[in-house]
Amino acid sequence: MSNSATLKMDAAAEHSLLDDGVQGLIGQPLDRVDGPKKVAGKAPYSAEYAFDNLAYGVLVGAPFARGRITAIDDTAAMSLPGVLAIVSDPDKFLRNSGQGGQNEAPVQNAHEVFYMHQPVALAVAETFEQARAAAAAVVVRGEPIDGEYDFEARLDTADTPDDGVIPPATSQGDIDQAMVDAAVTVDGIWTTPGQNSAAMEPHVSTAIWDDDGLTLYGAYQMVASDRMQLADALGLDPEQVRIVSAYVGGGFGSKLGISSEAVASAIAAKQLGRPVKTVMTRQQVFDATIRRSNTRQRIRLGADENGVLHAIGHESLSSNLPDEDFFEPAGIATHFLYRGEHRRITHGIVRMNRMLSGSMRAPGEAVGLLALECAMDELAEKLGLDPVELRKRNIPDIDPEKQIPYSARKQVECLEEGAKRFGWDRRNRTPGAMREGEWLIGHGVAAAARTNQLMQSEAVARLTPEGRLVVETDMTDIGTGTYTVLMQIAGEMLGLPADRVDVHLGDSRFPPAAGSGGSWGAGSSGSSVYLACRKLREQLAEKLDCDPAKLTLKDGEAIADNRRVAITDLIGDGLEAHGRIEPGKTSESHTQSGYGAHFCEVRVNAVTGEVRVARWTAVYAAGRILNEKTARSQCYGGIIFGIGAALTEALVHDPRDGRIVNHDLAEYHVPVHADIPQLDVVLLPERDPYANPLQAKGIGELGIAGAGAAVANAVYNATGVRVRDYPLTLDKLLSGLPPV
Amino acid sequence: MKLFDYARADSPEAAARDGALANVKFIAGGTNLLDLMKLQVETPEKLVDISRLALNEVEETEAGGLRIGALVPNADLAAHPKVTAGYPVLSRALLAGASGQLRNKASTGGNLLQRTRCYYFYDPASACNKRDPGSGCPAKEGFNRIHAILGTSDQCIATHPSDMAVAMRALDAVIVTLKPDGDKRRISIHDFYRLPGDTPDKETVLEPGELITHVELPAPPRGRQLYRKVRDRASYAFALVSVAGVIAVEDGKIASAALAFGGLGPMPWRNVDVEDALVGKVPGTAAFEAAADALLADAKGYGGNDFKIPLVRRTLIACLRDLTEGTA
Repeated sequence: MSNSATLKMDAAAEHSLLDDGVQGLIGQPLDRVDGPKKVAGKAPYSAEYAFDNLAYGVLVGAPFARGRITAIDDTAAMSLPGVLAIVSDPDKFLRNSGQGGQNEAPVQNAHEVFYMHQPVALAVAETFEQARAAAAAVVVRGEPIDGEYDFEARLDTADTPDDGVIPPATSQGDIDQAMVDAAVTVDGIWTTPGQNSAAMEPHVSTAIWDDDGLTLYGAYQMVASDRMQLADALGLDPEQVRIVSAYVGGGFGSKLGISSEAVASAIAAKQLGRPVKTVMTRQQVFDATIRRSNTRQRIRLGADENGVLHAIGHESLSSNLPDEDFFEPAGIATHFLYRGEHRRITHGIVRMNRMLSGSMRAPGEAVGLLALECAMDELAEKLGLDPVELRKRNIPDIDPEKQIPYSARKQVECLEEGAKRFGWDRRNRTPGAMREGEWLIGHGVAAAARTNQLMQSEAVARLTPEGRLVVETDMTDIGTGTYTVLMQIAGEMLGLPADRVDVHLGDSRFPPAAGSGGSWGAGSSGSSVYLACRKLREQLAEKLDCDPAKLTLKDGEAIADNRRVAITDLIGDGLEAHGRIEPGKTSESHTQSGYGAHFCEVRVNAVTGEVRVARWTAVYAAGRILNEKTARSQCYGGIIFGIGAALTEALVHDPRDGRIVNHDLAEYHVPVHADIPQLDVVLLPERDPYANPLQAKGIGELGIAGAGAAVANAVYNATGVRVRDYPLTLDKLLSGLPPV
Repeated sequence: MKLFDYARADSPEAAARDGALANVKFIAGGTNLLDLMKLQVETPEKLVDISRLALNEVEETEAGGLRIGALVPNADLAAHPKVTAGYPVLSRALLAGASGQLRNKASTGGNLLQRTRCYYFYDPASACNKRDPGSGCPAKEGFNRIHAILGTSDQCIATHPSDMAVAMRALDAVIVTLKPDGDKRRISIHDFYRLPGDTPDKETVLEPGELITHVELPAPPRGRQLYRKVRDRASYAFALVSVAGVIAVEDGKIASAALAFGGLGPMPWRNVDVEDALVGKVPGTAAFEAAADALLADAKGYGGNDFKIPLVRRTLIACLRDLTEGTA
């Protein structure tokens, strides 16, 4: 009997073995299994592997934003104590970081500079401090030329991206005419600034060579494709490259692809014959990795007197470097969220000399809903309708563009349950009318949606003669809880308690997984673990000579046909099975998404315009919840991200050279604890058989989707001031506040 | 960071002598200096560690004021019973600054000497007249949301970032120093800071090696006290605008007023014209508007910071109302 199981999702998974399990692990709000290791300092992050003879690298950035490098003068740097080398290999050095899932090297050719502080060399020394001083002493010479730094002035130059996984432009009906015909319309421009993922762990690589090739300890979200990128960048056979990424201190998209420090460290380690570790400074993470693009979005909504949409348009522009494919897919949720037979959704890219833009938490929805969900609020006001009711009236019966059904969808239930818990009926109904002392009080609602995706993923599961279960996959845990949920799936499937399951992740020697991106990690890698464990169940049933459907596994015992035996009696020398999930027809036959609704209360100081979020209720449905605690924590994080996007976070590019002016966490303002109230998060019970055999959908990015729009709508409700230019800093509210 | 020498001072006198050599910096909490050294914004050749000197007492003076050791941590000073009772404006200013961890490390003397948070000052790849005299000021035509509207020069539009120092200025603090030759000096906080002019790199009147040993406060002022900080997030953000106010109302009129401002200028800002517009007046919108007019008479925005002009006007009026309401 083959010891591998492959499932292509060509049909609904109507029955999940997780519902048959009696171990009681799945869904439980278990603490993260890696937690104790992390608080004890025993979970090694990629900067924490100790090697004899380790040398330290610090990247050197270009001192101009556009032009050709003519010389890298290392004279002064090499004279400093402890300096080993100033490494530059412009043919191989990365010009831009990689995007997620690509298997080729990112753009190389560092002879040319395309953005301020682009890495052009690596200073290597015996200590980090020596390397940092050396990096500062390197003189980079070049021939600067003019670059493009003014987004607003270049709107007319936007190009339409090539067709890819996400179509850049769709259109049906005649939206222009439909807007003319509509009883009530909204037509406005919203702008959102660039953002940085601001993960706590900076980008880091420790490179070490031996006879087999390169091992790189790095902080990554997608080990399998990162290995391909790195091998291609270095001109190596992928077999010669191993990536280890066992623990990752946050990614949010910024670690989907490789960054310059990986290639530079590998080249330096080879050149010096020593391991080289390069940790980016916080400023370099801002300057030289990847950003969420700024956007300019035009939303058009046209409704009849009853509030039913007939026209919906979402035309957006984002910025990126020349020749880069990525565009911010701001209209991604607009395709399927609301009705409207006349539709137009387009995306364009303005080419600029700003650092690469790419995927950051919920690319598309995170910024797209900041516009769409505020436009819906404006439409509700014009119609005199409850914004909750407006949304309910516009939930389509089938996908309005693809004309296919939806998979599990609790869009209405999220809105209704949220409204009830929040006390929406007691909201402030007249903008600016509710006040407590100096504080204006407002309430806002916005819908959440994040497309669900399944990606190919593989895992191996092994029962040891001692009765332990070992799971291996190159899937990553970027702080999300992967170690824990994979343990829960495996333990539930094979009837083993948590302490008898060992999950090993983040090593490219393990079977290739989908990686952590697009909220697909748990569903995809979890399904591969499910399939491997299902195969092991079959092997145990065969050993027990019973029908696998009648096999019950609990606490290390197999029960069937009135027999009960320890599984160690069945395992023999050990059992092993391989699982592989592939997307199939269900990805095309059904529109799949997680849904949610955000309700919040904000307080705006009537004197200063300071905005403070006072209360929050969010209700989500995302299929089966694998671990109620880690899922809820993802939602908390998403909401907090959304509050930051609404109120404080913005990359500021200098108008003269595009450099990121506020490139540290003192001046790039992510929310702090004091900015966040108690968050009431509810996860509705749901199963989505079209998603995967776990019947679970992605939840990592659902919380950010729409969250900031709820804040902006509440700020309007509190003050009567509509701000369409994020973030809603106090200076944008001042002129509309009551006199003091 | 660049190599530097390190010496631990065993007395204030020795520290001052050591500090008189060229390119020496004192280090206490290090919460600002170490960041700046990592970035090579500050590149001292020698650090003199004063953190173990016996300068961490808060004592009462004969005049009924307080004598605060330069090394008293911000957190301790904020919580000191004499401070919370007699100088709540100072306690609140301290607690409005930084984060709990930073306040535990940051010292009273060091807080007075914080460097600006101007983005361009912090980026050695940028020009900056304060960091590299003569290289230019990119902030004037760059991103200047957090920059000054008062007291600027063609050379520099940076603000002083301290909250504590704003309250100290409203309280007429005196900075007590020790010079390398052993002389002690008492400098009013009103004379302590310098406007940028053509030398934005020179921020105070301290001479080489001159060590702050204490800060003295006069007896607690009469009247009501307040510190209000306006910022982009609820904690761990520098002031866009802040107001330290002490006002006494007698017989329905403002008898005395002391008002100092953060986020507006290159130093904790105080302008006697503001107080003159208030003293002797009946508290009310007319007097408050006149005070704001006096404050903003010479205000100049640079684009990104224009909003500070209406913001501080509104904030000042609200503060004056809080300071006087119910006193008539």
